[in-house]
This record gives sequence, structure tokens and C-alpha cells, in this order.
Amino acid sequence: MNTRTRTIRVDTLARVEGEGALDIKLIGERVADVKLKIYEPPRFFEAFLRGRHYSEVPDITARICGICPVAYQMSAVHAIERAFGIKIDPAVRLLRRLFYCGEWVESHALHVYMLHAPDFLGYQDVIGMAHDHRELVEKALRLKKIGNHIMTVLGGREIHPVSACVGGFYKTPTKAQLSELAEDLHWALEASIDTARWTAGFDFPDFEQDYEFVALRHPGEYALNEGRLVSNRGLDIDVAEYEDHFVEQHVKYSNALHSVIRGRGSYLVGPLARFNLNFDQLHPVAKQVALEIGLHPPVKNPFRSIAVRAIELVFACAEALRIITEYEPPPEPRVQAVPRSAVGQAITEAPRGVLYHRYALDEEGMVLTAKIVPPTSQNQKRIEDDLREYAAHLVAWPLEEATWKCEQAIRNYDPCISCATHFLKLRINREAR
Amino acid sequence: MRIIACGNRNRSDDGAGLLVAERLRSFGIQVEVQSGEALDLIEAWRGADEVIVIDTVVTGARPGTLHIWDGAELQLPACSQPSSHGLGVAEAISLSRTLNYVPKRLQIFGIEGRNFNFGSTVSPQLLTTVEKLVDTIRAGIATETITA
Repeated sequence: MNTRTRTIRVDTLARVEGEGALDIKLIGERVADVKLKIYEPPRFFEAFLRGRHYSEVPDITARICGICPVAYQMSAVHAIERAFGIKIDPAVRLLRRLFYCGEWVESHALHVYMLHAPDFLGYQDVIGMAHDHRELVEKALRLKKIGNHIMTVLGGREIHPVSACVGGFYKTPTKAQLSELAEDLHWALEASIDTARWTAGFDFPDFEQDYEFVALRHPGEYALNEGRLVSNRGLDIDVAEYEDHFVEQHVKYSNALHSVIRGRGSYLVGPLARFNLNFDQLHPVAKQVALEIGLHPPVKNPFRSIAVRAIELVFACAEALRIITEYEPPPEPRVQAVPRSAVGQAITEAPRGVLYHRYALDEEGMVLTAKIVPPTSQNQKRIEDDLREYAAHLVAWPLEEATWKCEQAIRNYDPCISCATHFLKLRINREAR
Repeated sequence: MRIIACGNRNRSDDGAGLLVAERLRSFGIQVEVQSGEALDLIEAWRGADEVIVIDTVVTGARPGTLHIWDGAELQLPACSQPSSHGLGVAEAISLSRTLNYVPKRLQIFGIEGRNFNFGSTVSPQLLTTVEKLVDTIRAGIATETITA
């Protein structure tokens, strides 16, 4: 019997040394152990937020992630509005949806072109791909710029936007300001459709999993900012019930918490979950392109998430165009908040999946406690489960290639890692016994 | 001249570049602040003739050491990443080389950091360098040349 022990180790899962890694231990033909460790900055922010005034929360939480600040702002404002019993103006609601579309465009473009596409085109990284496919990086640059532009118009600035606040926005755009986005968005819509068709030609590994998909579902639209939390296994709850159904577990090898559904285990959030649960609500253009490229729910192969992200790019562009056409400025940019002692929860759909916030506030509007469960934390156990299954297919591969394949499986999720400096290290251990 | 500062104020020494930006702005000098994400950086320097990028770096040198590199000649590591969050300054330079977007003159001012724990305090060893760099850039703008 072959009892050779091999360890696949990916160390580049964090920007700060020691904060993130993947270890897979193979003994003979068997995957003996999978340990994924991704440090979670929200834990720091939960403590940092205590004692802060509610009005500071959107700007503080926006700094958790440089790539998805809108998601953190949106979950924060909705949770606090729920605590204070605030009903926002329908036009503000529409603007927030547009704000989110901007973030989806920039984040999905980054993931699809800069991170994921090189795997399917046979390149080590985006630099290699750029040598032969300059046009792909040019397209990513322009899509990202358009997403950023939407965020700048609504957020005041693209990096760590500051305009969103509890009750609405500090300042809302004019109809003319939004109309200026139309030309770019028409280009982005066509580019996204091309992107989706382009992904249809990729070879995807034969790998499907029996996931529990979890996403927001709204009665009348592809959910971004609000809805009930649902799954393909019967979950259907108000977001305030989240902590009754989901628990975070400590694992010995990591300082991160792994989120599981009580009594059932790991689950998957993000594009695949949204697509599978809310396909019927996609914009007709997005739905049509999905069917044209042979993508219909349920998609159970995580490597196909690149195609699903491309479909969500189509959706985000089409939805943004719809919103700027329908938009009429609200009478007031925001509803005045009246603090009260209460607890409020919210979930919104960050590009990588559902993002839960809960705040307990006192009568002055000061934060007593904060809880933030980001999508990467919710997917961590699921990524581990994927890797446990996937690594079993790789036991016969040379270690270097097996490591590379495991990195690809992680890229399906594009885990959100803490933003700091640039440590790049990949170590592979091979041992025999 | 375009000045771009990168970093994260919530990760201790990684905020040094942003401190430089705040100080330069207090003298009325325009500085663009970036998270360090590669595509945004390329967009920020595309079309500019002369660009300065200020960021915290880790080379193993003494904390507070000021590195000044020519972006056109800098040796860069491979950029394979499991997350798009890892695509930063190095990848932006590599991609710009491939796409011919490197400004005519791209100077990287790297301040060596060591503490990247959560927190907003930049280590004292770096603060002296922050001031030195602010003076260097101000003097350089006055004479239109900035050299090591």
C-alpha cells in the first residue's frame, strides 16, 4: 500500500505573513486533511465599532475591503435603518441598487479577467495573458473604470465612498448626471454579453458538488439590497433570524470562524447561489444570454462561476441602464434618522455573496455591539469541502500541478483577504515516510 | 507630475504612504490616494509623463528605510494569486510594461514597514521617513526633479 504523505500548501492567501494559508495532506490515495485559514478583518472592526456613533458606521465599515466597500456600507445602513425604523424614499432605494451595480461591475470584471480567465486560457497569470490578449486586459480596464465611475457619482469617490448614509445619501445626483453614464453602460452591456459568450468556449473540469445554495430572494427583482434569505433546501427566513439558523464555529488551526447552517453544515453563497435561486428574476437580456451559452440552473460546477459572473455582469449593466432611465431625484436626499435603543440586522448581496451585519444601538445612537459575517467567512468551510473532494481527483498528479489546480479551485471563490501590503510566497512540501 | 499614494490606514505601517499624502496635501500639493488595486493604479498613471508612487514595502531592510526605485527597471516577482485582492503595485507595473502604459518616468518611493497588525498607528521609525519624503517631494516639485 502506498502510504507516501504529500502536503499541498498555498501560502499566498494573505497579504500579511501568517494570516492565511491552505494545507492539504495527502496520504497515499487519500485526502487526509484540508485546512483553510483566511484571516478576517471584520473581527477587528466589530471591536473598533463599539462606542462609535451610528453615523460613523458606514464610513468605517467601507474600509474593511478596498474592492467591495459598497457592500459593507449597504449592509451597515440597512441594519441601522431597521433598528431605527426608517423607511427610505423609493428613489433612494433605486440609487442604492445602482450603487451596488457599480460595485458588481468593477468586482466581477476584476475577477473574471484579471484572476480567473488566465486559468482557462492556459496562462500562469494575467501578465502572461496580457502578452497575447491585450484586448482582454483593455476590456477589464474599461469595465472596471465604468463600475468605478458609477461608484464615484453616487459615493463621492471611488475608493472608500463617503456619500451613503443612514436614511439615504448626503447628496443625490441629478438626472443629467446619471444620464451621462448611459453611453458607457451601453458599451459595458455589449462587452459583458461578449464576455459571457467567450466563457462558453472554455473547458471546465468535470467537478460538480451537491451544494446548499444560500442567497437573498426578493419578490420582484434579482435581490441586491433586500429580501428573505433562502436556500435550495427549504431555508426561507427573515434576515433577523439569521443567527438562529447560522452559527460560526471556532476551528483549532485558524483564528477565523467557519460559518455553518445549524444541523446541516457548509453552504455556498455568491454568484452561483444567486443565479441558481433567482434565475427567473434576471434581466431578460442576461437570462437570454445565459440560456444561449448553455447555462441554466442548477449550476453545480464551481469552475463555471466565471460564466455566471459574466452573466451577472450583463445583469448589472442592464439593471444600471434601467435605473438611470427611470430615475427621478428624491425630494430629499435622506430621511432624518431618530436614534432609539434597538437592534437591527441586514443582509445584502456583496459580489462574493451575502454579507450579514447586526448592530445593537443605544438611545443616543451609539453602537453597543456589532457583528459582521462576510461572504468569504460563510464560504470558507465550503471551499474546504470543495478542496477535499477536488484534491482526491489530484492524488496521482505531480505535486506542483496539484498545487496549481488547488489554487484554481480557490480562485473560483476569489476569497476576500485583508488589504495590506504585498507578500507573495508559495511553498510546496513533499515528504515521504 | 502625478503623485499616487497607496496603503491602508487600518493596518499600522501600511498607512505610511497615506500619511505622506495627508502631509503633502496640507501644503496644497495634489495627491491621488489608491488602495493599491492593480487596475485602478494603471488607470491612475496611464497617460501621465511623470509619476510618483508612494507605498509601504517589505524587503527585510530596517523599518523606516526609504527605497527609491525606477519603475521601468524594478525587478518584480511573479504575480500568480488565488485572490484578486492580491493584485497590487507589482502587478500594475508588470501589466503596464506589457501594455506600454508605464509613464515616461515612474518612481516608486517605498517606506520599509514591519508592523501590519490592525491599528491606525504608524511605527515611530517610519514617521521620520515620512517627513523626509515629504521634504524630498516638495523640494523636487520646486526644482521639477526628484532624485534619490
